[in-house]
Amino acid sequence: MSTKVVERKPLTAYERTYLPSFLGGLSVTWKHFKKTAPFLGNKPITMEYPEQKWVVPEGYRGAPYLVKDQDGATKCVSCQLCEFVCPPKAIRITPPGQDGKPADRSNAEKMPKEFEINMLRCIFCGLCQEVCPEEAIFLQKDYSLTGTSREEMIYDKEKLLKLGGTHAGIQKWKHKLEEASEQEVFPLTTT
Amino acid sequence: MDALKYLDPTVQFLLFSVLKIAVVFGVTMTFVAYAVLVERKVSAWIQDRVGPNRTAPPMVEFIPVLGPFLTRLGVFQPMADGLKFLLKEDFTPSYVRTVYFWLAPAIAVIPAFMTLAVIPFGSTLGNPDNKMVIADLNVGILYTFGIVSLGVYGIVLAGYAANSKYPFLGGIRSSAQMISYEIAMGMSVVSIFMLVGDLNLSKVVEYQAHGGWLVLKQPVAFVIFLVAAFAETNRLPFDLPESESELVGGYHTEYSSMKFALFFLGEYANMIASSAMMVTLFFGGWSLPFLGEPADGLLGGILHIGIFVAKMAAFMVLFIWVRWMFPRFRYDQLMDLGWRRFIPLALANILVTALVVAFTNR
Ligand code: SF4
Ligand code: SF4
Repeated sequence: MSTKVVERKPLTAYERTYLPSFLGGLSVTWKHFKKTAPFLGNKPITMEYPEQKWVVPEGYRGAPYLVKDQDGATKCVSCQLCEFVCPPKAIRITPPGQDGKPADRSNAEKMPKEFEINMLRCIFCGLCQEVCPEEAIFLQKDYSLTGTSREEMIYDKEKLLKLGGTHAGIQKWKHKLEEASEQEVFPLTTT
Repeated sequence: MDALKYLDPTVQFLLFSVLKIAVVFGVTMTFVAYAVLVERKVSAWIQDRVGPNRTAPPMVEFIPVLGPFLTRLGVFQPMADGLKFLLKEDFTPSYVRTVYFWLAPAIAVIPAFMTLAVIPFGSTLGNPDNKMVIADLNVGILYTFGIVSLGVYGIVLAGYAANSKYPFLGGIRSSAQMISYEIAMGMSVVSIFMLVGDLNLSKVVEYQAHGGWLVLKQPVAFVIFLVAAFAETNRLPFDLPESESELVGGYHTEYSSMKFALFFLGEYANMIASSAMMVTLFFGGWSLPFLGEPADGLLGGILHIGIFVAKMAAFMVLFIWVRWMFPRFRYDQLMDLGWRRFIPLALANILVTALVVAFTNR
């Protein structure tokens, strides 16, 4: 079998004076001290966290926010798919009802009356982003959300839209429109 | 100052003593507070961190340059710490032995301060009668050892009073450790008093002011004293009574708020007292090689106090630094080091010193 017997040598007389460990300890601690102590002309190695923050890479799954389209209209159509899929049930959507406010944009039937994400429940899994048919919700780069009460950590629609900003890069309806108009072109080009 | 001359000597002496006590106590407390800060800062630097750099009272940030600088240095941190200790809930668990539980912190902190009474922290101030020592005892060192050994009761009592297993283990370890190292410590200084021929600490300093520092003549005694001092103050690598990683907090696990602060205070005051002892016994007290005569003016007196404090501060930094150099000793290693190495070594040292003293006839 592959058993390896570790040889345990008895300490030499020199080692038994604790001098080697003393010198070793001194050199290690001094090395770090020399590298860090500000009066030796060092800059802090650590990041001063709340003032400086890590820039997270593209595709990072931070907090989910709602986004607006290129015209500044709410993209969400209150289909409630994200509410159903959300594993910890962090999302709560209040639909507009039969005679609620019409959607911001012309190519949508409705938009949510209220849209709340409880950031204390959210696990940043990204399922809401994946399931959304309208590309209205995205996990963005915020990773450190703080508040002083539980209520404060439930982000409402207004806040989510404000934090989410516009997502000009993804303009699903514009592409759909182009696709549709392309289909109107006759005769169909065949290959 | 003129009015003072008309008072009779007893009253003068009393006034001066009270003043000295107040000043020494105040300075020591400040020292303790800032020793904690220095410890946190030095520890941080050794571990590549920044250390406390945010605490500041309101408005300080508006002082240009100096305000942010002091804040980054953490100068205001001790105040915040002190305030926190005062305001925290003082919780007494239901299962403790109440009387001892209350008594222990006091017993831990008082001896630490009492040792400072016999330390000559300066030569004289103003006129030659104003000696810079609170109590110029002829049995100085005996007094110190008597008092220091009382310190262990605070810890043992805390362990017993808490009535739970971790503090109890901490208390037991502490008593064993302190008793073992006290012997080595006591024996190491015997050789010093053989050379000096007096137990009065002021005389020890005087001897060194003229005859060179004792650390050069008694290096072995110094090493023993130094290591024993670490053990006596429960500092790493001998922090078995506290050892956070195995005993939660050791003897003070059950304590909170100001009672915990008193243990904390006691530990740091003990560090200061041991530093002061080492400076006095081995590093010439307030003297420097070319500043050996007792000062005759006010300025010289202050300079001597400054020298003493600077030497003491150097030892404090050593205490802090060593904390990060060694892992904690195992219990058997600790006992082995104390009983089988230091005590024989100290005895041998006494013997050799005695022979040298006898043959050279001083
Ligand atoms: S990221 Fe996951 S947990 Fe958070 S809201 Fe979306 S689906 Fe729910
Ligand atoms: S965010 Fe997307 S998935 Fe959720 S309700 Fe709105 S449109 Fe539907």
